[in-house]
Amino acid sequence: MSEAVLHDDHHDHKPTGIGRWLFSTNHKDIGTMYLVFALIMFFVGGAMSMVIRAELFQPGLQYVDPQFYNSMVTVHALVMIFGALMPAGVGLANWMIPIMIGAPDMALPRMNNMSFWILPFAFTLLLSTFFMQGGAPAGGWTMYPPLVLQLGDGFPYLVFAVHFLGISSIMGAINIIATVFNMRAPGMTFMRLPLFVWTWIITAFLLIAAMPVLAGGVTMLLTDKYFGTAFFDAAGGGDPVMFQHIFWFFGHPEVYILVLPSFGVISQIIPTFSRKPLFGYTSMVYATASIAFLSFFVWAHHMFTVGMPLAGELFFMYATMSIAVPTGVKIFNWMATMWRGSMTFETPMLFAIGVLFMFSIGGFSGLMMGITPVDFQYHDTYFIVAHFHYVIVPGIIFGIIGGIYFWLPKWTGNMYDEKLGKLHFWLSTISVNVLFFPMHFIGLAGMPRRIPDYSVQFADWNNIISIGGFAFGLSQLLLVWVVIKCVRGGEKATDQVWEGAHGLEWTLSSPPPFHSFTTPPKVTDATAHS
Amino acid sequence: MKNKATQTAKKLGLIAIAMFGFGYLMVPIYNIMCEVTGINGKTGQISKSEVRLEDVDLDRLVTVEFDTNVNPNLPWSFKAAKFKQQVRPGEIAEALFIVKNESDNFVVGQAIPSVAPELASLFFNKTECFCFVNQKLAPGETKEMVVRYVVGSDLPEKITTMTLSYTFFKASEDNVAITKQDRTKKIKENG
Repeated sequence: MSEAVLHDDHHDHKPTGIGRWLFSTNHKDIGTMYLVFALIMFFVGGAMSMVIRAELFQPGLQYVDPQFYNSMVTVHALVMIFGALMPAGVGLANWMIPIMIGAPDMALPRMNNMSFWILPFAFTLLLSTFFMQGGAPAGGWTMYPPLVLQLGDGFPYLVFAVHFLGISSIMGAINIIATVFNMRAPGMTFMRLPLFVWTWIITAFLLIAAMPVLAGGVTMLLTDKYFGTAFFDAAGGGDPVMFQHIFWFFGHPEVYILVLPSFGVISQIIPTFSRKPLFGYTSMVYATASIAFLSFFVWAHHMFTVGMPLAGELFFMYATMSIAVPTGVKIFNWMATMWRGSMTFETPMLFAIGVLFMFSIGGFSGLMMGITPVDFQYHDTYFIVAHFHYVIVPGIIFGIIGGIYFWLPKWTGNMYDEKLGKLHFWLSTISVNVLFFPMHFIGLAGMPRRIPDYSVQFADWNNIISIGGFAFGLSQLLLVWVVIKCVRGGEKATDQVWEGAHGLEWTLSSPPPFHSFTTPPKVTDATAHS
Repeated sequence: MKNKATQTAKKLGLIAIAMFGFGYLMVPIYNIMCEVTGINGKTGQISKSEVRLEDVDLDRLVTVEFDTNVNPNLPWSFKAAKFKQQVRPGEIAEALFIVKNESDNFVVGQAIPSVAPELASLFFNKTECFCFVNQKLAPGETKEMVVRYVVGSDLPEKITTMTLSYTFFKASEDNVAITKQDRTKKIKENG
């Protein structure tokens, strides 16, 4: 009895050793594991892109053979999307959502543990294909048949890796929704939720709706190859184009699965450093929901060139254009939040403003490609490579990095090195533009994607792009150093950390206790975010 | 509270399972869309008795061109006896194709038809075709194959030329073709 009382009193009790991580049901520890895993995969995928840029540094074939180059391109994408971006987003959600809504933990802590520990196994499956007969997947991350079916022994490993990743992210999504729907502190109404929580609810619904469709698609590939079905085999009455429809029905919502958490992060950062509440909170919620809803009706803009009827091309063109409206609402709301705010430019704010600028560049080139007639020129050129890297790298990754800088003092209790943080921002921003901006030019000039060699007319720009690529890759080592330095010590952070920070997470100590909000806080208009 | 969370999770899990099913549902939806709209140039099949009900349009002639392709996995040669022919809408026409097995083995092939422009495929129906079934050729065997078809007399005036394209694929024993003709037949049988 007395022991139990003692146990309760000892608030910061945590398990020790490797068991703390293996069997963890604590949202903070699982969040940390997700983030560390994402960082490792970010460097694994980054190393692959360095191979790509080294090969493209000069025309001709230098370092790798074309098959290996193609697997670099393919696995780089799979690792970055499923290994770095999605786990980083889930990691932030795990860490922040319970302490933002005043919950003691996630609703289903054991499932939380499982959904994380599936990831290392899934990536072991995927990366083991490099050592197999026939090599790693090389037909592009989109896995279009019939090309992907020509993959050797690695093919079932690819399919099962995708299944596992899907199961993991669906479990993570279910957990987030179950948490937010059932475990909000008294007074934390839906319209008082921090916007990061809102973007994650919507992302979670997208995950639950889209990931199973991909799982179905790759299962059809599997049965086509091994069990004699003919879903995508023209000789058996199937159609390879149908896979593209199934894939992009998942693939387009997936784009928003990646970007919405980043939108959520910068919706927390910008008001904090503008010292003003978020402008148009309600419209932000509705805009995010509309983006998510519309994302299910635009998938065929990824495949304008397959030979659709004119009516179809027009429908998907207009539907695509319409997504620019809610996205514009968000961009203008962020700008209005900054308007006449007393702004300061700490590292998280710099990254958030970087997102605003450079995501818009990617958004505009996306609009260009949404216009059917001109898409025929851009399709499968470096222009599309420039477009999606602009939305992913300075759009999503910058958002996540901004979030890391923003919450790192809260997580560790120490301030990070502001000088190094700013240096990291400027090095990343300059190099990312050197890396991706010229891709627009060579794309418009006709350089195709996914080819290890190119015509000599593209040599100069590729040279510059590769230099930008190496610089960007090296700059990210700085992030690792800043994080390590911050974990090891530094100026102590206050509970509020940032002068303009509002919300439940900032009422906890820095670092927060291992078990927080065991008695739910009371939320009023005064203590809510908005 | 724990119980409520489990309830929410179960409901969401059901949605995920339903969406997995929806992925598979996209296959029949896609095929029906293609048949209704003529996307993909999928052609139809009708019986001879149905053809007799068609009015023959004596006022105009439509050019039908023939295009032949062989998938690289199939060691056959395949060509049309005549490159093109002129037909009256509503009338049964006949075209001849010649296929040869260039290998030393028995090989089974399956031809997949497609009609361009897409709009025309809605009015293009076959009464008899070598593409309805698998074709098995002995080593070195040459075979003449026939297709009987009718272009609907309700074909829009602006279409004066259409192309009937065939691609021969290798068909394996466990990959017996369930072609669109079978499906069309089923749809017709069901009313």
